[in-house]
Amino acid sequence: MKRDAKQTDDSARIINRRALVLGAAQFGMAGILALRMREMQVEQADEYRMLAEENRINMRLLPPARGLIFDRNGTPLAVNDQNYRIVIVREDAHDVEAVLRKLSELIPLSDEEIARIHQETRRRSSFVPVTVRDQLSWDDLARVAVNTPALPGVRPEVGLSRGYPNGADFAHVVGYVGPVSDYDLSKLEDPDPLLQIPKFQIGKTGVEAKMEQELRGRAGNSQIEVNAMGRVMRELSRTEGTAGSNLQLSVDAGLQNFAEARLTGESAAVVVTDVNSGDIMAIVSAPSFDPNMFVRGISGPDYRALTGNKYRPLANKTVQGVYPPGSTFKLVTALAALDAGVISAEDTVYCPGYVTAGGRRFHCWKHGGHGRVNLHDSLKKSCDVYYYEVAQRAGIDRVSAMARKLGLGQAFDIPMSAVAEGLTPTKDWKQARYGAAWQVGDTLNAAIGQGYVLASPLQLSVMVARIASGTDIAPRLVRAIDGVPQPVLRTGPLDIDPRHVLAVRRAMQAVSNSAGGTAYRSRIADPALEMAGKTGTSQVRNITAAERARGVFRNEDLPWERRDHALFVAFAPFAEPRYAVSVVVEHGGGGSLAAAPIARDVLLYALEGGLPRLEAYPAGDRDRIEEMFRTMPLRTPPAPAGGSSRA
Amino acid sequence: MSYLEYSVRTAPSGPRKVLYLNWSLLLLLTAISSIGFLILYSVAGGSFTPWAEPQIKRFLLGLALMFGIAMVPIWFWRNVSPLAYLFALLLLVYVDFFGVVGKGAQRWIDLGFINLQPSELAKITLVMALAAYYDVVDIKRISRPFWVAIPVLLILVPVALVLKQPDLGTALMLLAGGGAIMFLAGVHWLYFAVVGGMGIGLVNLVLQSRGKAWQLLEDYQFRRIDTFLNPESDPLGAGYHITQSKIALGSGGITGRGFMQGTQSRLNFLPEKHTDFIFTTLAEEFGFIGGTSLLALYVLVIVFCIAAAMTNRDRFGALLTLGMSVTFFLFFAVNMSMVMGLAPVVGVPLPLVSYGGSAMVVLMVAFGLVQSAHVHKPR
Repeated sequence: MKRDAKQTDDSARIINRRALVLGAAQFGMAGILALRMREMQVEQADEYRMLAEENRINMRLLPPARGLIFDRNGTPLAVNDQNYRIVIVREDAHDVEAVLRKLSELIPLSDEEIARIHQETRRRSSFVPVTVRDQLSWDDLARVAVNTPALPGVRPEVGLSRGYPNGADFAHVVGYVGPVSDYDLSKLEDPDPLLQIPKFQIGKTGVEAKMEQELRGRAGNSQIEVNAMGRVMRELSRTEGTAGSNLQLSVDAGLQNFAEARLTGESAAVVVTDVNSGDIMAIVSAPSFDPNMFVRGISGPDYRALTGNKYRPLANKTVQGVYPPGSTFKLVTALAALDAGVISAEDTVYCPGYVTAGGRRFHCWKHGGHGRVNLHDSLKKSCDVYYYEVAQRAGIDRVSAMARKLGLGQAFDIPMSAVAEGLTPTKDWKQARYGAAWQVGDTLNAAIGQGYVLASPLQLSVMVARIASGTDIAPRLVRAIDGVPQPVLRTGPLDIDPRHVLAVRRAMQAVSNSAGGTAYRSRIADPALEMAGKTGTSQVRNITAAERARGVFRNEDLPWERRDHALFVAFAPFAEPRYAVSVVVEHGGGGSLAAAPIARDVLLYALEGGLPRLEAYPAGDRDRIEEMFRTMPLRTPPAPAGGSSRA
Repeated sequence: MSYLEYSVRTAPSGPRKVLYLNWSLLLLLTAISSIGFLILYSVAGGSFTPWAEPQIKRFLLGLALMFGIAMVPIWFWRNVSPLAYLFALLLLVYVDFFGVVGKGAQRWIDLGFINLQPSELAKITLVMALAAYYDVVDIKRISRPFWVAIPVLLILVPVALVLKQPDLGTALMLLAGGGAIMFLAGVHWLYFAVVGGMGIGLVNLVLQSRGKAWQLLEDYQFRRIDTFLNPESDPLGAGYHITQSKIALGSGGITGRGFMQGTQSRLNFLPEKHTDFIFTTLAEEFGFIGGTSLLALYVLVIVFCIAAAMTNRDRFGALLTLGMSVTFFLFFAVNMSMVMGLAPVVGVPLPLVSYGGSAMVVLMVAFGLVQSAHVHKPR
């Protein structure tokens, strides 16, 4: 289509006419802007000039003191330490280079430090103080303070920095703080102006991170008068901020320290729970690390040492680590079968040492079998075949439903980082996850806590606490916020026949108290404190045919990474349960040898509120135990501070 | 498509095109940007970092883009206009759902070297699409309701998407810019009178909606309106920006305090002194003379654009040039009104001067299109 010349002309005329109209309007607007500028800058210039001279009030944010964290007895776990630092102000120093040279005679400064200070002083305005050295000792600070007349522009300052007096014990529980990073800012939907303060510290992991809102407090501000050059003249008014809330955790620092020391040299996790309130008394992941390193800024080699350690000290094995629960899961299978009515406590199953299912042979751990076993004997001797049989009768979905009733397969709401959900497999789950049908062999594996089943030490501890108390308790880590007690999370009695729970409890007692029980060697001798438990050994590998041929299937012959995990769950005292414990020793070998003794020692410490008496141990063990206590790297916890140690 | 009939033969080709660029416009843009570098150098306390140096790099990138775009024939740009418009819409939808959230609003896509704000891109593509539309539509039909409804829809879709982010300033600029092109193309006066009247009614409605269940703006947007109407009500809170901005600006006087001598901007009384409030620093340090000089340069850009459009007999080229100049005008007029307390604080940067990559690059692309229209106009 060709547009005729007349139309083109018409259109051009319209556009031109309207362009002029619009141009005139724009010109008018520009005129208004110019007039407004004239009004402000010419006519009212003097007024504004005066306002500018008076414009001397600057707001400064005052960071609040971060809330403190205590254990259940008032022992401080996270405190605010006085932090001495020295700063330099460029305009007062005049010759920064010369002043720094003089300063380095008092406190040694590396070339990198000097370069950093130079760069920072140049980048900031001349009156802004730049930190020369942080975390100074009192001696160093005093040396600088005495010499300030010879060091123009250098000034000592005091601030607060976070400290963890219990060192590595609570690294995974309390976590640590660190300066706000750009990543934090982009991730947090948090308009708090405090976060804009350079190097403001916020929680990075654990309780410090999860309870950040409670711990941080609210900023105060100070109005300061500055002169026209921006130098601070005096403070006009000051509103103190509100300090963060103090937290009281349910953990016991003494018990935590004992458990940490008891796990020395192992890659392991221990969780102790109060069976009546759900309070987590101790939650230890070993090895651990010193959180104070992270607050100060960890060095490259230190960090590489942590990440390169095959025992994974940074991982929190108690809630983040999930393991096949092995035979400890038989408690679940037993209750599922009893509650489903597919077997009674007295019924027996014949164990010839293996069963055949789905064309495969599933072995019992005991070569030759256990013969006829009922529920009691099956738990006491940890007979696999009994559970292969009853799990097939009950079906996997009922077993998994029971596992969830007992606390497995769910992430508990406690303020720790990366709380894992674990896994209680069902037929539907396998179909959805792998697109494959559930096999009978899967049920047999799950029956003894192998295959798909995964649980964290925290979940196992809750499982035992629920069995021991017969109630539906959930774990609680924070006991009180600013002195206000937090509710006990319990909804009521367990939805399981109490007679079945009692039968299982009795069998657990036999495990560690009657001859032939798998943990008889780790019994508690004091009848008032009797421990009831269940051992577990979970395979992390299959023994290959070649290895079987060579005769290599003892754990000690395998490299560490391929040895079995050792597990033990228990509660005590049997007659009137108070504490439940779960112990997982990664690649520790058998549960009865590696995990049960740890559980016994930790439970005894919890029950006695201190180092256990030797009389509580079987007579033959006492010398060995005494020797162990003597060489344990225990740290005497600092005395309770009465909650007033805010500096 | 009248264009192919006569322009292909007469338009310059090859390297000779460079001679036909609108060099005076280019020099003007360079001069304005250079003023920006100077002030960014000053607000950083006499340092090229952290602002002046990256800004110069972005300007050079923008300049290269502008040359590249100017060398491509204008009819190509007209043909891709609908595609460009759809592409910008897609990006707007994308940021609404996946964008980076900054200052309470989802606004940009992180491309690594630059944060692309699709709402900035939409300002250009809307102008292109409307200019292309009016190039095709028969001018006798222009004022019929159906042919008016189409461009109104073209305008309202991106406006709605931008409002969702929420970014009121950009939404209003899209609305005003789009309306201006409809006006320039020759849509009947009455439409504008009616819409103007309805606009006033809508403003009333919005103000009425406050605190009710059907509140039409976010709370922070209402607070900004409050502060605009009465900045002294909260001098250390939300009114702080405006009050401090006015004090700094007014205290500059006729000749200003001198380069790098502005106390108010230097003492951190001024927020965003390198972005939205950069004009305050200029006015404080160079006074009334400096401020009006920059304003004069801006007005010259508009004048050059109008002159270029009036001598361009290609409808698409003329409308595109005028549309871009209106967008440019809205940028500086809204920003200056804001810092002088004549308009509420909406996040609109001072064009070519404020620190920020997205706006700089987008404006240079816009002027690349204007240059292309100029180079390839029918002669």
